[in-house]
Formats: sequence, C-alpha cells, structure tokens
Amino acid sequence: MQHVANMKTAGTEGHAIEIDQVSHVYAGPDGGVPALSDVTMKVRAGRFIVIVGPSGCGKTSLLMMMAGLRKHTEGRILVNGGPISKPDPDRVGVIFQEASLFPWLTTFDNIEFPLSLRGMLRDERRRRSEPMLSLVGLTGFGARYPHELSGGMKQRVSIARGLVQDPPVLLMDEPFAALDEQTRMTMGHELLRIWSTTNKTVVFITHSLTEAVYLADEVYVMSPRPGRMIDHMEIDLPRPRTYEMMATDTFGRLRDRIWQQIRKAH
Amino acid sequence: MQRPDPKTVRRGMLLALLMAWELVPLTGLVPELLLPRLSKTLAVLWSDLGKYSEALLVTLGEVILATLIACGLGIIAGATIGGVAVLRDLLLPVFSSLYAIPIVILYPIFTAWFGIGSQSKILFAGAYGFFPVMLSTAAGIRTIDPQFVLAARSMGATVYQQITKVIIPASLPTVFSGLRLGGALAIIGVVVAEMLTSSAGIGYLVTLNRTILDSPRVFAGILCILVLSVVYDILSRMLERRMVVWQLAGRRQATPRPVTQAAATSAAA
Repeated sequence: MQHVANMKTAGTEGHAIEIDQVSHVYAGPDGGVPALSDVTMKVRAGRFIVIVGPSGCGKTSLLMMMAGLRKHTEGRILVNGGPISKPDPDRVGVIFQEASLFPWLTTFDNIEFPLSLRGMLRDERRRRSEPMLSLVGLTGFGARYPHELSGGMKQRVSIARGLVQDPPVLLMDEPFAALDEQTRMTMGHELLRIWSTTNKTVVFITHSLTEAVYLADEVYVMSPRPGRMIDHMEIDLPRPRTYEMMATDTFGRLRDRIWQQIRKAH
Repeated sequence: MQRPDPKTVRRGMLLALLMAWELVPLTGLVPELLLPRLSKTLAVLWSDLGKYSEALLVTLGEVILATLIACGLGIIAGATIGGVAVLRDLLLPVFSSLYAIPIVILYPIFTAWFGIGSQSKILFAGAYGFFPVMLSTAAGIRTIDPQFVLAARSMGATVYQQITKVIIPASLPTVFSGLRLGGALAIIGVVVAEMLTSSAGIGYLVTLNRTILDSPRVFAGILCILVLSVVYDILSRMLERRMVVWQLAGRRQATPRPVTQAAATSAAA
C-alpha cells in the first residue's frame, strides 16, 4: 500500500469513534418504538470492534448512524473527533450485507464509483483502484461484471470499494452473512490480513459468535430491543489470528461468555 | 435420442406453415377466396409493389411518431409516478382502472378532432401505447433495490447523482421492456386506426381490398404488417441486448469461478 497509516485520526484521546449516551426512538403512535437505549462506546483508532446481538436489537441502526445514513434522537456520535450528520466517505466507508455492487458496472467501475462521484478523471481513478484490487486479491478481475463473480469475490470488491477513498473508519454490516461457512472463514481471515495492512478502525456487525471472537480486539454485546450494551470484552488472543486458535480453551471461553450474555438478555 | 436444436425446430415450423399456406388452397380444402395461395399473394405484392411500399412508408412513419409519444411520455410519467410515493398512491389506482377501457372506442373522437389523416392515427396509437408503458415503467421503478441507493448515499452521492448514476441505469431493463411494449402497441394502434377510418396506409389497403373481396391483396397487406412487426421485434431485442448486457447475463446464470482461486492470488499480493 502506498498510503500507509492514515493520519486523519483526530480526537484528543485518539478515539476514532465516540458514541455517547445515544438513544433512538422510531416515530409512531403511542410515543413511537424505542430502538436504542443509552448506548455508549468509545473506539480507539486502529481497533477491530465487533458488535453482536440478537436480530432486531438495533445494531444495524447504530451502524447506519455512525455512517451518517440515519438520524438518532438523543446523544452524541463523533467520528474522528467530529459529529457526523450526513454520509462522509472521507471519514467512513460502509460495507453492506448484500455486496450491493452495481450490476451494470465492471469490477473496476464499481470500485471507482465513489471516486467518480467526485468527478475524478478515469486515469487517476484507475491508478487508485488498481492497488485496491490487488489488495483484496482480485488482480485480473477488473473487467468482470458482478454476475461473473462468486459471492465471496463480490464482497472482496465491496471491501475494495469501501477502502478506495482511504477512510480511517470502516463500518461493516454483517458482510459475510450471505456466504457459505467455508467462504465465510476464508473471508474473515482475508479481512484481517487487509485490516493489518491498512490500519483502519473497523466496526463489524455479526450474528456469528465464532466470527466475533476470531476477528475482534473487542466485542460489544447488545440486548434485544431496545438495544443496550450489556457486555464489553477484550479478546486477548494474539495476532495474527490462526484457524487453530478456534480449538483453544481461551477461544471457547470467550465464545461461551458472549453466548451466556445473549441468552441471559432474552 | 438427441433432442433437436430448438432453433431448427422453430425454422421447420415456419417453413411448414408457409408450405401449408401454399398447398392447402391448392387441394381445394379451403376456397381461395378465404385463403389465397402464398405464391399468388406474393405475386400480387410484387405487381403492386409501388402501392404497398408507399402505404408501408405511411404506416411506418405513423408508427415511429406514435412510439415516440407512447414511450417518451409513458416512461417519463411512469418514472415520476412510480418514483414519487405521493403520486403513486394517488394516481396509480386511477391509471390501472383506466387501463381496462378499450381505448379504440375513443378513436371516432380522435378523427373528429384531428381529421382522418396521419395526425389522428399517431395520436390515437400514442395514447393506446401510453398506458401500458407507463404502468410497466412505474412498476419497474419500484423494483429497484433500495440497497443500491443506500450504498450510493454512503459513498456521498448527491440526490442528482443518485438519480443519474443509480436509479436511471438500474431502471434501464424496465425502460427497455417498456420500449418494446410501446412500439408493439403503436403498431397495433396505427393499423387498427387505419382500418377503421383513413385514406392511406397498410390498414387502409387491407380494408379497401376486403370490401371488394380481393383476398390476395388483403393477405399481401397482412404479410406487410407481419414483416414490420417481426423486424421491429428483432431490432428492439438487439438494442436491448446491447444496452443491458448485465441483466440478460444475470438471467443466464454465469458460472462464477471458485473463490479459492482468488484467495490464491491474494496470498501472492
């Protein structure tokens, strides 16, 4: 990578993301539906954070708020030291569950889409997208259309697209949920490799406890709706992570602790 | 046993049909007044080539203008109504009901207002094609995956960019099926109108010759319209294939390469 560490990590305490007592109520009859309740989390720059929680607990809503794609009712969200009121691709890249690649664009054009939005010329775009393509391991696939790629490859393109503007923060909403188990493991491993070369702060949402422990520096556990943070744990497994670690006692204990928290909350 | 190629079968069927057209009247099973032989029809067409090509040009011109009206207005109105929730709730039920009206009943009004020349045919056929094009466009716009727009927003797309770079390309397949539908309906509309009240065009020739029981000339006119429709269909399919490669290819289910191969590449990177 030619742009090594991203130095846009502002904020006095070096926090890439600060979420302070955020609550959210969806408008509706009888005062609306509470979705999030008093969520607080502080994420140091360069950390890999995983949020787990039952379906409908508001974790996707929380992520959309960090991305500036959704408003919150109360509290404060700071990304790189500044509030985020609308999407800002310079600060935040978002990767969705469905790869959401545009089927009418080639891999190159999909990765370059955010660059073309700001009117960057083709040569310059290609100069930026080519290293991304090789970073995600798809060199030579630039001219393919999404329908010519497998599910895992589509998510690789999607990751490249999220990284192409070099935002310090990457938000990932269950990016591998639609993949089969084996591809999912490979992709998790790949993501860690990419993360370790780019120094991004990652917030990753998943249902999979194994994936959570395998990927994370820290895991946050959310309660069912209205979503609250009910546990926060450090995953002190050494890096780089290996598949063998999944068979260790430590891994099993951490995984079990998350499970107990989720079960208790029901 | 190997199954024959569908293309060959289709060609065989067409050939059989043409041969039957020639042979059945020969046997006397069907009188030539009801079904003149293919060769006779072609001979008449050849001898009156000037008259028929002139009529075909009139019809073609009307069809093109009617298609422009039906598709242009239909796609714009459909996109607006389908894309704006308020309009959709307000107008879509009304237009869906209007769709059931046989618009041909309004043709006498068109002739009263615009005369029996080309104008009334163009406007009638345009109106005839408008509603289906509009309704299918409105329906197609609503099937655009909202995830596309969300992804574009997350990458900082302005509202204008969301429309030009996401919604318009995403709706191209719908627009193209609308175009094909609109063009086909414009042909029907124009020919029907010509047959009812007019002074020129293929429809007019068919009606004229029917009243004087000149069957070969009636069938020659029908043949012209058949060719026109088929050529139109082939051209529009070609255009569609060229413009929306991704959609057609998606339907064909391309076989993706296994991801492990990509993983191998990445290890080297």
